Amino acid sequence: MLSETSIVFEPDDKFNAFLTVCNRATHTGGKLAGVAVAIKDNISTRGIETTCASRILKGYVPPYDAHAVDLLRHAGAAIVGKTNMDEFGMGTTTENSAFGTTLNPHDTGRVPGGSSGGSAAAIAGGMVRMALGTDTGGSIRCPAAFCGIVGLKPSYGRVSRYGLIAYANSLEQIGPMGKTVSDVSTLMQVIAGYDCHDSTSHNKPYTHIPRADINGLKIGIPQEYFGAGVDPAVAAVVQSAIGRLEELGATTVPCSIPSMKYALAAYYVTCTCEASSNLARFDGVRYGPSADTKKPWHEAYQEVRRAGFGAEVRRRIMLGTFALSSGYYGKYYAKAQVARENVRKDFRRIFADVDVIAGPTMPTIAFRLGEKSDPLSMYLADILTVPANLADIPAISVPCGKAGGMPVGLQIMGRHFEDERVIDVAYAYEQAVV
Amino acid sequence: MVSEKDVQHIAELADIGISSGELGTFTHQFNEILEYFDTLDTVKGDAAATRDLYNVMREDETEPSLPQEEVLRNAAAQEDGFIKAPRVM
Repeated sequence: MLSETSIVFEPDDKFNAFLTVCNRATHTGGKLAGVAVAIKDNISTRGIETTCASRILKGYVPPYDAHAVDLLRHAGAAIVGKTNMDEFGMGTTTENSAFGTTLNPHDTGRVPGGSSGGSAAAIAGGMVRMALGTDTGGSIRCPAAFCGIVGLKPSYGRVSRYGLIAYANSLEQIGPMGKTVSDVSTLMQVIAGYDCHDSTSHNKPYTHIPRADINGLKIGIPQEYFGAGVDPAVAAVVQSAIGRLEELGATTVPCSIPSMKYALAAYYVTCTCEASSNLARFDGVRYGPSADTKKPWHEAYQEVRRAGFGAEVRRRIMLGTFALSSGYYGKYYAKAQVARENVRKDFRRIFADVDVIAGPTMPTIAFRLGEKSDPLSMYLADILTVPANLADIPAISVPCGKAGGMPVGLQIMGRHFEDERVIDVAYAYEQAVV
Repeated sequence: MVSEKDVQHIAELADIGISSGELGTFTHQFNEILEYFDTLDTVKGDAAATRDLYNVMREDETEPSLPQEEVLRNAAAQEDGFIKAPRVM
């Protein structure tokens, strides 16, 4: 048994990055001995309140650790707190938190991105060096891009989802976020690997050390990532970053992902359907605010769920319920699965010819607070990140400059289980510009 | 197009609880989003292939689990070591 010691953690949290702070965080020895790590609030932490930024889980203290958290503790990490997020991961700004929005450390009039906005702001604001986020349709990469940090959505199946409070199981992964590519790689070494508690887990540990050599690498540049809807100023910054990769010995070839036309609709149908099933468990009986046990169950559950869920969560549960209801399943869910398979096929075709695909992480810089008030316009912002989730492939966002004074992220996507390669490309870029 | 009545019905199916004041906004947003989903009408191709994982089931053997008091700790209403739920009849 390793001896336990503790660190004092008292951050000046001007950005509302944390929902829970552990002022005295214990840790053991190991690869991450004494390193302060923040955890997104939808990842279970034994003995530390875990709310998913929702009133319906206020006061819930998990009796067990998520597998990724267990691995972090065994590596000596000090779990210093739980970070703010869009409620249950549903959002692109962190404004959908029931406990107030997180602010972007680069400009407090702007959002940090979401849904892992608290983790990104905690890193960008200098409070921690690394954090865990989760990525269902871009929730690690978007805030990484908006806050000027590094974030990896691992290949589906590489990091256990055990203890991640589920929103859309077939799409989401826990992943590392950090100040640098090396930090992200180190965190990935700790959290990746097989776990018998997650039936979609693969035996693919990650033992890689980043290498900056990309000589001879072939990069696909999809036209859809530089087309309509992408801010030309953002596109220009990313183009110049790709030019830098060419100077380092990589070659680029144009490519096309025609299935992207359907990707966003396929993503939102799939995630709302999965959410409608997953979130049925929040009824105030086993955890959360109590249901009135004297009332009939429908009435009692409706009361708890109306008071406990925010508007976006209720909207997505209802959309999913509708899309799965009798007579509509074929029109929505079944079609979405066809569209998803087409996205996978497009990536397989492109990856037969190229090693990685590069483009912007987000089509714009961080939005102003309150700018995206209507749900559909918020959904459209996810267009460049959802394809990787639909195809199960790894994707990283690495800072590549600024537009309008705000950080821009370069996104690198790779073949399924080639997380090492996207890490290397991001590392090569980062080392070339420091 | 879905009507306010449809949204009300879906809210009941999902036990979501909806007030008459919210119904208009939800219905409007619903229709906007569903109109966007209609792009899927023209998608062509085969359904998703099966995944590459097989036999993820384990033998039905007892494994370590949480003690009862820890499992009950987060439940607001309890009686005699059980979780109390609203009545179903």
